[in-house]
Amino acid sequence: MTTTATPLDVATVRADFPILGRTVREGKRLVYLDSGATSQRPRQVLDAERAFLETANAAVHRGAHQLAEEATDAYEGARQKVADFVGVEYGEIVFTKNATEGVNLVAYAMGNAATAGPEAERFRVGPGDEIVVTEMEHHANLVPWQQLAARTGATLRWFGVTDEGRLDLSEIDSLINERTKVVAFTHQSNVLGTVLPVRVLADAARAVGALTVLDACQSVPHSPVDFKALGVDFAVFSGHKMLGPSGIGVLYGRRELLETLPPFLTGGSMIEMVHMAQSTFAPPPARFEAGVPMTSQAVALGAAVDYLNAIGMDRIAAHEHQLTEQALRELAEVPGVRIVGPTEAVDRGGAVSFVIEGIHAHDAGQVLDSLGVAVRVGHHCAWPLHRRMNAAATVRASFYLYNTPDEVTALVDAVREAQKFFGVV
Amino acid sequence: MQLQQMYQEIILDHYKNPHGRGLRDPYDAESHQINPTCGDEVTLRVSLDGDTVRDVSYDGQGCSISQASTSVLTDLVVGKPLGEAFEKMDAFVELMQGRGQVEPDEDVLEDGIAFAGVAKYPARVKCALLGWMAFKDAVARSEGAKA
Repeated sequence: MTTTATPLDVATVRADFPILGRTVREGKRLVYLDSGATSQRPRQVLDAERAFLETANAAVHRGAHQLAEEATDAYEGARQKVADFVGVEYGEIVFTKNATEGVNLVAYAMGNAATAGPEAERFRVGPGDEIVVTEMEHHANLVPWQQLAARTGATLRWFGVTDEGRLDLSEIDSLINERTKVVAFTHQSNVLGTVLPVRVLADAARAVGALTVLDACQSVPHSPVDFKALGVDFAVFSGHKMLGPSGIGVLYGRRELLETLPPFLTGGSMIEMVHMAQSTFAPPPARFEAGVPMTSQAVALGAAVDYLNAIGMDRIAAHEHQLTEQALRELAEVPGVRIVGPTEAVDRGGAVSFVIEGIHAHDAGQVLDSLGVAVRVGHHCAWPLHRRMNAAATVRASFYLYNTPDEVTALVDAVREAQKFFGVV
Repeated sequence: MQLQQMYQEIILDHYKNPHGRGLRDPYDAESHQINPTCGDEVTLRVSLDGDTVRDVSYDGQGCSISQASTSVLTDLVVGKPLGEAFEKMDAFVELMQGRGQVEPDEDVLEDGIAFAGVAKYPARVKCALLGWMAFKDAVARSEGAKA
């Protein structure tokens, strides 16, 4: 990646994250390389949530008092910020509990289309229809589709992965065909770091009238993302991976689709008119936000968006690209280490997974932890992908705006330390 | 350093040179256990002679803790009456769930006492218990098959 933007001032960024100053395991400096699982939160985000709760907390979209009005404005203001952040319209953003719920919302709503009116025709799935995913999906973008197929009699199909960890597009013409109803895929693999050719898949899906669902959990926090430019129909991402709170996720849906998509969860807030025997539903996004929503979390997510915008997503992407290049280069110099995923930082994000010959990932993680280096170990909710890559479990380091080249070096040093400890070198 | 407390030499020895490893016939029941968080797995068979554990054989893949504890398991239970085997299992489970506060009895747990340090790491307790859960399940299955 080339960029003309001025580099990040990481020291200044780090000063905003109190947790990065702590020590772990008998006084070791914390080296936090697990932002792919969850990111840390800056003071600005924590302060925004607290300020909201101390001055304006109320249940939104109900009540006529001043607090209710201010809380509703704060909540809807956050929706506008999030919409702008990913290049879509205000009404195309639905707040969910997390990204997993976002995928389930679409999958269950499609299942509900069978008993909805004719306007939901295009969402119906049944025997003979096909749902297409990829072998590199996180379980959150795989299991809901398995379940939709099981409930409706549709057939689940998937793209394979190459030995290098790229999507195998050789079968695209047969995989995406006139029977395809949905193509669900990740923007950036949470294990391999691989960035998928979203446009290619979206164009192929559109050509046959299939819907696209993008898992953007690992892309939106780390690089500039514009869902309109990508051409996808639906996309999900989570708040807690982009400096925001847990308990809030985002679903984007193209306006004309959300307008006819049947509801998933039903109850208060999502209705238009309720009678004893039947009800009609509110227009989107309210139709998909049943019950009192997570308000302070939305406000804090809005603050996270402000924080990321102030720094600039292009600068963040450039910074992480440098760290990724360094990690790939320095890990490649360690005998016995195999990178699982592309070994060059091309169309690749900052999740670097690897195995160490002779050391199980759990054991390696334990040594790293004892040195203060926090990484993820296991299959990272992508078990089929690990099987495909011939790895029972991997160690994953993932980078964010607050990580430094020194921390990458600490990771590599700790890997060498693990090899010494277990006597494999 | 805490790391050495956790990875005692005894554990690393069992990991590198596991006792009783490999699946053998005949057997009365088999259990397959997985740790869904990391994908570790063990397949374990029990062969009983009346109420005595004649043999425990196993195969699997996983971290040093899960593999070593299964190796220690075979040392502890093979040749023992089922009642005594379960007493040892209960003692091992108590040790592992004790957050490092339980003083292990070497007469009961033998090499198993080396896992005392593991109990301080909640994320690894499941690893240490994987083989034992398979043993418990396999015995239950063999009794179910007889009933």
